[in-house]
Amino acid sequence: MKNISEKPATTKKEDRKTSIMQTALKLFSTEGFYTTTMPAIAKTLGMSVGNFYNYFSSKDQLAKELMLYISTVLGDKLREINMTDVSVKEKVTMIVHMYFSIARERPELIEYFLRVFLSNREIFTKECTGMVCVSGFVTELMLFFDEGVQSGELKDQDFFSALGLFMGYLGGMVFLNGEEVLTKPLNEYETAIAENIYNALRKQ
Amino acid sequence: MKPRLKVLWLQGVTCNGNTHSFLNYPHLLYVLETFEFLYHSLLPSTYTLEEISTCVHECDILIFEGAYDPRMERVGTSLETLVGHYGSHAKYVIAAGSCASFGGMFKHSDPEHITGLGFDEKEPKGPFASSPKLINLSGCPMHPEWMGYTLRMIADNKPIAVDELHRPKELYSYLAHHGCTRNEYFEWKVDSDHFGTKEGCLFYKQGCRGPMTHASCNKILWNDVSSKTRVGTPCFGCTEPDFPRINMFETKTNMSIPQDVPVGISKRSYLTMAGIAKSFHIPRLEKRLIDDDA
Repeated sequence: MKNISEKPATTKKEDRKTSIMQTALKLFSTEGFYTTTMPAIAKTLGMSVGNFYNYFSSKDQLAKELMLYISTVLGDKLREINMTDVSVKEKVTMIVHMYFSIARERPELIEYFLRVFLSNREIFTKECTGMVCVSGFVTELMLFFDEGVQSGELKDQDFFSALGLFMGYLGGMVFLNGEEVLTKPLNEYETAIAENIYNALRKQ
Repeated sequence: MKPRLKVLWLQGVTCNGNTHSFLNYPHLLYVLETFEFLYHSLLPSTYTLEEISTCVHECDILIFEGAYDPRMERVGTSLETLVGHYGSHAKYVIAAGSCASFGGMFKHSDPEHITGLGFDEKEPKGPFASSPKLINLSGCPMHPEWMGYTLRMIADNKPIAVDELHRPKELYSYLAHHGCTRNEYFEWKVDSDHFGTKEGCLFYKQGCRGPMTHASCNKILWNDVSSKTRVGTPCFGCTEPDFPRINMFETKTNMSIPQDVPVGISKRSYLTMAGIAKSFHIPRLEKRLIDDDA
């Protein structure tokens, strides 16, 4: 008799897919995209290569889905912050904290973005062009900036000027942290960085 | 022979734009045969304005053009008295144009006293606020076919369903965006950098309010031929209570993000869709439709 608490097959498959992505993320971000093969990922998971291809038909497809996954995880976090009833200044602090916390607790998410997505554009040019794979996160940033200008706290400027300032700064710090050149733990920079970002974006 | 319904066309604070628009109605002869105009400033009428100002006559339909300022006088009689007398006896009161509907352009000269017949922008106010007999034909000007439709429905004794702003649903349930020939450019987020071109969407840079404006301009074409957006001019949202806004040739953005998005769609949903659509380059949509130099 079937156990009623048993998960449906589709959910189990999704769970398995997520588990594959988490392993693949770690391997890609530590070993590099090109040096990590599909059989190597399957082996780490204890799966047969044939079964592995039931989940992802190609390495490029896996690469694209990983970026969508990261964008969704970050986008969901940012959405929670956007929905919080606090000032834009406080939201800047919350975003910096959220980003650095993820970099500390799940470094593979940020590392993949920095070292695979941004550094190997040839993989992503076709199906992951422009905003396609990062819209979950970028849309939330757009909403954050839009609210900031409407509330009068932030200066109206080109979106990409603000985006580059904000995310370039955070990404750069995580990159430096990964290179182990920072003199202090990443979280100790949070207050100063949040203040710098807010001061750079705020309406003068 | 069935007696003709009596129409009185009164004017408040107006530029006469709705009268001029109505004179382009292709079936004007039908209107003149079906209705008796007690008074209209340009059309053949039974009475003079002076005779109308005595308030001894009655009409079946009061059409009011222009913003409502109760203190304004016509031949020595205030609009408050004129509209009060004729409106109370009429079965229908039609506000012709956005000034008569919501206050419009002229409301801005004296926001404290000037309103529409039943609304001050979107707030109920004025002599016919919440009156079931009020029909708003907003627009700057209203489309002549919209007045024609309304008069024909009344003549045929058919009910006219209206929205919460008292506009006929048959005419105002649509958006100006519906039927716009630039919709493919809107879908793929291809902007128009100039007025008057056949190509590109006017929503992103040129201030087009088509996706936020209830009007059937691209369904019932102007002069049976065209519309503003079809010829490359942005829709100014002239049928909505907030018309006129400032900087109407510009799309208000916050860090390049449009402040207003299509009606009924969350900004989160719109930005997600727009960001993805904009990621793709469609060479066909980036070229001239008709390139004489090619």
